[in-house]
Amino acid sequence: MSAAIDNHWYPVAMISGIDAPRETLLLGKKISLGRDGGACWVKNAQGTPLPTVERFGHLWTSPGQPNRDLFTIPEADSPGRRLVDVGSVKVKCSPLRAVENFLDIAHFPFVHTDILGAEPHTEVDRYDVKIREEVDEVWATKVKFYQPQAAKSAAGGITTEYMYRVPAPTCSVLYKTCPPRPGEWDIITLFVQPLTDEWCEVWPWMALYDDDSTMSEMVSFQQLIFMQDRSILENQLPRKLPLDPGMEVPTQADMTSVAYRRWLKKIGYTYGAKLVAA
Amino acid sequence: MILYDYVLSASCYKVRLMAALLGQSLTLRAVNFHPGREHKSPEMLALNPKGTLPVLTDGDTVLADSADILRHLTSEHPEWRSTDDDTWLAFASDLNDSVGLARLHDVIGYAADIDKTRAAGVTALRRLEAHLTEQRFDGLIFLTGKTPTIADIACFPNTALAPDGGVSLDPYPSVRLWMRAIRSLPGFIEMPGIHRLHELAHPA
Repeated sequence: MSAAIDNHWYPVAMISGIDAPRETLLLGKKISLGRDGGACWVKNAQGTPLPTVERFGHLWTSPGQPNRDLFTIPEADSPGRRLVDVGSVKVKCSPLRAVENFLDIAHFPFVHTDILGAEPHTEVDRYDVKIREEVDEVWATKVKFYQPQAAKSAAGGITTEYMYRVPAPTCSVLYKTCPPRPGEWDIITLFVQPLTDEWCEVWPWMALYDDDSTMSEMVSFQQLIFMQDRSILENQLPRKLPLDPGMEVPTQADMTSVAYRRWLKKIGYTYGAKLVAA
Repeated sequence: MILYDYVLSASCYKVRLMAALLGQSLTLRAVNFHPGREHKSPEMLALNPKGTLPVLTDGDTVLADSADILRHLTSEHPEWRSTDDDTWLAFASDLNDSVGLARLHDVIGYAADIDKTRAAGVTALRRLEAHLTEQRFDGLIFLTGKTPTIADIACFPNTALAPDGGVSLDPYPSVRLWMRAIRSLPGFIEMPGIHRLHELAHPA
């Protein structure tokens, strides 16, 4: 596999869920992981230790030599936020499809009906998208959408503002209007572990302001949303994400997805991608 | 009535769906089944020593078996009961142990002999398809007759969620028609993996 794929950080476990050593897959190869006392470890199939980072409640590793530190989310450290380990869900889809779905707003009224969207409020207004060259990340800002129940903490329908950030090929961070604190952003992430190029384990994680919901209610809400996507993701064709135009026709609402695909192509990230135009 | 509920559980959904179809309100208590294993917490074990979900409390009554809960919810609703229900409530357990287990394996990593589990699921679905086809020949759409009963509500969730566990529903047209009939019932509610009928909810 190429350095352009190996030299990234990947989530492989929720730290609070590591009890006994176990095996999993990363990029189609077997790895093992566990915890000795306080520190987590990861080894490849030959038993060679791999680099690790413990951040956002998850254990991260890389089969290569990452040329930069795992991204940070400084806003998540502000006091008063509740950090939510959502657990993982396995999905038979390309890891890039999982990220792309997370970046899409247009499906909300149809897949997350009466929660993240509702007919007839189906139009996605124009928003800004850019590849921020200085940090090598994709950002979409000024995304606005009417949501009947934007979060567990939302009392009724509101127009929610979103910012999407793709700081690594298989990760996305969403900043969205926080219903109880309109001046702050709630943070919802999607960390995707590519088990193979058509199978992934998805680890959502959240840093929210919500003083009323129980932890179980917040976990439930996010699992509900994510599982509504799962059956859709498993039925998308072609199974790998096309990076070249021709197979799918994007619309205005798909600008983030177009930028994401363009960026993947630019950095040479082809794992789970389809390169030849139809 | 309080339902100790896990949003992704097919058996908890049976209870939520039954209550919704009856117009009966439930107070939901979210239990972090995955990843928190809260159903095995001391509080939950005190309520239900078996450590399973769903659990329904109604005053002093505590019920921890989904078939018992469906019977309890419909105790004043004879139209939702049939003398043939018990056969299908037992069959619902077969579905839970086959396609239901395959789903838990594929989604949240439950241990299972997956090939054997899926094969048992196919056997169960074939039996369901054969019965529902016979029903259609007699002009009946539901498991026990012209109208739905707790038998349908008990068997519907794990059947509809079978693709989550890698078991296709494509070969079973009678099952798919039956599922559509259930999804079109007044008061129907969805769960993740079971979508509502948009085209019927909002005809053009």
